[in-house]
Amino acid sequence: MRFGYFPGCSLHGTAREFDESLRAISGPLDLDLVEIEDWSCCGATSAHATNHLLSVALPARNLALAEAQGHDAVIAPCAACFNRLAGARHQIAADGALAGRMAGLLGRPFANTVAVKNVVDVLRQLGPAIRGKVVKPLAGLKVACYYGCLLVRPAAVCNFDDPEDPAAMEDVVSATGATPVRWNMRLECCGGGFSIPRTGSVIRLGRAIIADARAAGAETIVVACPMCHSNLDFRQSAMALRGEAPMPVLFLSELVGLAFGLDADRLGMGRHYVSTTPLSAFAQNPPPGKEVR
Amino acid sequence: MARIGVFVCHCGENIARTVDCERAAAALRDLPGVAHAVDYKYMCSDPGQALIKQAIADKKLTGVVVAACSPHMHEKTFRRACASSGLNPFLAEMANIREQCSWIHEDRDAATDKAIDLARFIVEKVKRNVPLETIRIPVERRALVIGGGIAGIQAALDIADGGAQVILVEKEPSIGGHMSQLSETFPTLDCSQCILTPRMVEVVQHPNIRLLAYSEVEAVSGYIGNFAVKIRQKARYVDATACNGCGACQTACIVRKIPSEFDERLGKRTAIYVPFPQAVPNIPVVDRASCAYFKARAKGLKKDACGKCREACSKGAIDFDQVDTFVTENVGAIVVATGYTLYSIGKDQPEGLSGYGEYGYGTIPDVIDGLQFERLASASGPTSGRIARPSDGKEPKRIVFLQCVGSRDPAKGIEYCSKICCMYIAKHTMLFRHKVHDGEATVFYMDIRANGKGYDEFVRRAIEEDGARYVRGRVSRMYRDGEVIKVFGFDTLSGEPVVIDADMVVLATAMRPQRGVQQLAQKLSASYDAHGFFNEAHPKLRPVETNTAGVYLAGACQAPRDIPDSVAMASAAAAKILGLFSKAELEREPTVASVDAAICAGCFQCERVCPYGAVTRVQVRDRLGTVVRVVAEVNPGVCQGCGTCQATCPSKSIELAGFTDEQIWSEINAIVV
Amino acid sequence: MRAPESKIESPGRPSLAEEIRHATGRNPARCYQCGKCSAGCPMAAETSLRPHDVMRLVNLDRRDELLASASIWLCLTCETCVARCPNQCDPAATVDVLREMAVASSCAVPRPIAAFHRSFLDQVQRTGRMFELGLMIEYKLRTGAFLTDITAAPGTVARGKLSFLPHAIDGVKEVRRIFKACEAAAEEGA
Repeated sequence: MRFGYFPGCSLHGTAREFDESLRAISGPLDLDLVEIEDWSCCGATSAHATNHLLSVALPARNLALAEAQGHDAVIAPCAACFNRLAGARHQIAADGALAGRMAGLLGRPFANTVAVKNVVDVLRQLGPAIRGKVVKPLAGLKVACYYGCLLVRPAAVCNFDDPEDPAAMEDVVSATGATPVRWNMRLECCGGGFSIPRTGSVIRLGRAIIADARAAGAETIVVACPMCHSNLDFRQSAMALRGEAPMPVLFLSELVGLAFGLDADRLGMGRHYVSTTPLSAFAQNPPPGKEVR
Repeated sequence: MARIGVFVCHCGENIARTVDCERAAAALRDLPGVAHAVDYKYMCSDPGQALIKQAIADKKLTGVVVAACSPHMHEKTFRRACASSGLNPFLAEMANIREQCSWIHEDRDAATDKAIDLARFIVEKVKRNVPLETIRIPVERRALVIGGGIAGIQAALDIADGGAQVILVEKEPSIGGHMSQLSETFPTLDCSQCILTPRMVEVVQHPNIRLLAYSEVEAVSGYIGNFAVKIRQKARYVDATACNGCGACQTACIVRKIPSEFDERLGKRTAIYVPFPQAVPNIPVVDRASCAYFKARAKGLKKDACGKCREACSKGAIDFDQVDTFVTENVGAIVVATGYTLYSIGKDQPEGLSGYGEYGYGTIPDVIDGLQFERLASASGPTSGRIARPSDGKEPKRIVFLQCVGSRDPAKGIEYCSKICCMYIAKHTMLFRHKVHDGEATVFYMDIRANGKGYDEFVRRAIEEDGARYVRGRVSRMYRDGEVIKVFGFDTLSGEPVVIDADMVVLATAMRPQRGVQQLAQKLSASYDAHGFFNEAHPKLRPVETNTAGVYLAGACQAPRDIPDSVAMASAAAAKILGLFSKAELEREPTVASVDAAICAGCFQCERVCPYGAVTRVQVRDRLGTVVRVVAEVNPGVCQGCGTCQATCPSKSIELAGFTDEQIWSEINAIVV
Repeated sequence: MRAPESKIESPGRPSLAEEIRHATGRNPARCYQCGKCSAGCPMAAETSLRPHDVMRLVNLDRRDELLASASIWLCLTCETCVARCPNQCDPAATVDVLREMAVASSCAVPRPIAAFHRSFLDQVQRTGRMFELGLMIEYKLRTGAFLTDITAAPGTVARGKLSFLPHAIDGVKEVRRIFKACEAAAEEGA
C-alpha cells in the first residue's frame, strides 16, 4: 500500500519515536510511506481555536500538495493532524462556497480528491500481514488501548470505527499476540493541547486515565497520538501516582515493531520519559508462563 | 339540453371581501347551459339551501354548481339538499372559490375573473355528469381483533357485549400482553395482574368471543363488511382439548434453563411451558428450538429422543406430530391492537436507529430496562418480588433511573416522547423505596410529563413522600467500575456535575411498535409512519380509524400510550364497529372505478398501482365456457376512488364514475378556451 | 418527521443564535438544555460556563458575556459533547465560532492560552512548521514562566527530541500568504 505521508510537526520533534517506529515497520508490511514534499503545519489546535478559515486552509495546502504529487490517500500518524486534514477535506466537500475559495487562498489548484487515513485504520487493515510478520508474539502482555478524542470524533469527519465502542486498536494489538484489556477511560480526553498553557488540567485528566488502565490490569498503554503520548508519558511523573510502578506508554507502531522482533532503539523506545525497558525485556525474554509459542 | 343552476356564495366576508360575487353570478348567468345564477351570503345555511331547492323545482335544473368553499366542507350538504328536491346528488358539484381563490389573492378584479373561470370549468364538467346511485354492500357482523393485550381484550369484550361475534387473535401462547408483566400500575398502584386477569377470563368464557391464542394473521383480502382472513394456528404440540392445565409436563421437562421471555430474560423456563401461571389459555406450548425431543429428532435419533413430558401427561395431550393449521374467517371489521415493544440500547439495531454505546450497549448486567424492573418487582417474578441485581443477586441500595433513553433523541433515531416513562419511573422509585427502606433512588430527567388524572400528584408523591431524588439533567456515560456502575450525569438546576456509584441502573427505554408490524400493515393495506406506528385517518377527529375502510386501531400500535388511554381507544373502536354493524348494509359513495371489459387489454397495470387492492382478475368466457380473456374488475366495496388506475390505464378502459375522462377533459378544454 | 427549522428571521441585527446557526449550520434552538454535554465534558470541573450553559446564553443572545468569558477558551475540542448531544447541536463548533468572534472583537483571552496560541502560530508563520524550541522560548517570553519545565529541558535534548535549529520549508511564503489572507478575512467578518 502506498500513501502520501504527512508526519506533522511533532513527529520530527517530541514524538520522534512514532515516526521512527512507523518507518521501521513499514518495510515488513509493504507500506510505502512517501513523505509529502514541502509539507507545512496543519494548524493543530491553535489555528482551530482562533480562525476557522485558517484551520481549513492550512491542512488544505497539504492536501493540495499531496494531490499534485500524485497521491490518492494521505496517512497522518498524529491524531490531531489526521483530524484536521480529514476535517478540512470533509468541510470543503460539504460547503461549495468554502471549496470555491480554496484555490485563491492557497495559490494552487485543489480538487479535494485525496482521502485521509489514520495509522490505526491502516494497521487494522493490515492485520493479517501483521500476524504473518510477527516474530515474537507478545503473548500475555496486557495492553490498554487508548484512543483519546481526535481519532474517532466527530464520527462524520473521522469516518472510522464506532465512536463509543471502537475496536480497531484492539484488533491490531491482538494481531501482535498481546492481550487488549477491557477498560473504561479509553475514549476520555487527556487534556490535548493544554500540556503547556494549562498543565494542571492535563495532570488531573491523565491521572484518572492511568489509574483506570492500571486497575484493569494493563502493563502498558498504547496510543496513536503524539499529544496523548506526551501528556501521559512526559507528564506522568507529575501525576504523583502514589508509589505505584510507572506505566510505560507506547505508540501502536512501537508495539507492532516489538512483535516484529525489531531492535528497541531502532523503534525509538529509548526516547520515552517513562522507561520502556520492561517492555523490551518482555519481548526478548518473556517471563515464565508467558513463553513465546 | 343542460339547465345548470349556479350559486355563488359570499361566505360572509371570506369570499365577498375579495371576489365580487354579484359580478360573478351575472357573468355565469350568460354562459350557455346555465339556466339560473344567483349570489347569496351563506349558501350552506338553511335559507341558502332553500334557494337551491326552489331553483331546482322552478327552473327544472339538470345540474347544480355551488361556487363556495372546499367540497371537503360542504359537498355533502349541497348534495343532500339536491337529493331532497329530487335531483340526483351526483349532479351537484362545488367550485372552490375560497381556498383556491379569495383566500390566496388580493387583487379584486383578477380574483373575480378567476372565480368566474373556476365556476365555469365546473359547469362544463357538470354538463357531463350522469346520475349515480349509492353503492350498498352487505356487512358481516363479526369482528377480528389482532392482539390480545389490554387494548385488544377491551375491544373484544365491548364488541362482544354489543352482541356481535369476535375473533381474537394473539401471537403469544397467552393473552395479556405487557400489562400482564407489570407489577403495579400507576397512578393507583393496583396489582396489574389482579385487575387484568378477570378480563382475560371473561374473554375466554364469553360466548361471543372465539379466542385463537398462539396464532397469527396470515393473509387478509376483501373490504369493509366483507374481509376474508386466513389465520395460522401455530402448533403447540399439545392437544388443547385434552390438556387440563395440570402442569405435570413442565415439572418433568429436562430442559430448564431457557431465558424466559415473560420474565424479560431475568428468569428461566422449561422447553414446554406456560408463560405465567395465570395464562389464558392455560395450555402449554413446546418451544421446538429448545426441546430435547425435537433436537434429537432433527438429528434422526427418534429412539433416544426425550419424551418426559409425554410420559408425565396423564391425559395423553402431548402430540409431537402436530402441525400448524389454518382457518379462514369472514369478518366485517378488523381492530389492530398489536401494542408495543421496548427499544433496546444494544449495538445491533434496525435501520435508522443507533444504540447507546455510552451506556454500554446493553452489556452491563445490572443496567436494565423498565419491563425488567417490573419483573423484579413483581411478586410472581423471577425473584418473587425481591429487587435483586441480575449480576450477583444482591439487593441494590442505590438505583439510578434514567428517563428518555432513546425517546426525544433524534441523534439515535427517535424524536418522539414515549409518554409513559415519567409515570412508570416515578412508580419504580416508589416500589423500590417501599421494598428497600434505606434504598436511594435517583432519577435523571429532562422534563416531567404527567398529564393524566392524578398523574402529577403521583409524581409529587414519589418525590415528597417516598424520598425519590430527581435530578434534572441527562447522563453522558456510565460504565462498570468493580462492583458498581459509575454514572456521570449533570444537575442543570444547580449547575453541578453529578457522579453516582450505582448498584443498579434502570433505563426508561422508548416505546416502539411491535416487531413485524409492517408486514401485518401491508396485509391489511393500512399505512404506517416511518417508525412503524399505524396511521390514524385524521389525527384530531378520527383517531381510531385508518384510511383503510374497516380497519380500526386501538392502543399503543398507533402511538405510545398508557393503559387508560388504550382502554378508552379500544372502546371507541368497538363503538365504531358496533355502529358499522348496526346497519344491515353499508353505504358507499359511488365515485368508484369500473372497467369496460370489452376494451380492457388485460395488462393489469391498474392492479399493480391500486393502493387498496381493489382490482381483481376475472375470466371472460365464450358461449362454450372457454376462457377467452382475463380482464380487470374493480370491487366497488374496496375502491376508494383515488383515480390512480384511470391515470395509469394505457387503453383507457377504466374510469372513475363522476370523474370520467370526458368530464375531466371538458374542464381542461374550458380552461384552455 | 422532525418539524422543519424555523425560517423566520428577525429584522435588524442578527441575534447571536442566528449568527451561530449561519456559521455552524446547526440551529442552537434545538438545544433543550438536557445537560448531557456538560455531564461528559472533561473540563466541566474547571469551567464556570459548561457546554450547555454556553448554548443557553447563545439562545438568550448574551453575546458580551460569552465573548468575555474564560470558559470558551478552556474547551478542549474533544468533541465528546458533539458525539453525545441528542439534538446534534454541536456545542464544540459553537465555542469555536465564539472564540473567533472574541478574537475579532479583541476580547480578553486567558493569558497562558493566548500566549500559547500566538506563539504556536508565530512559529508556523515564520518557518511553515512548528519549531518546538521556538514555541517554548516565545511562550516563556510572553508569559514570564521561565522556570516552568526547565528541569525537563536536558532530558528532552538527551532524548533527541529537541532540535535547535528551525527548518524553514520552501513554500514558507505561501504559508505566510495564507495567514495574511485568513486574518484579513476574519477582520472583515467574512
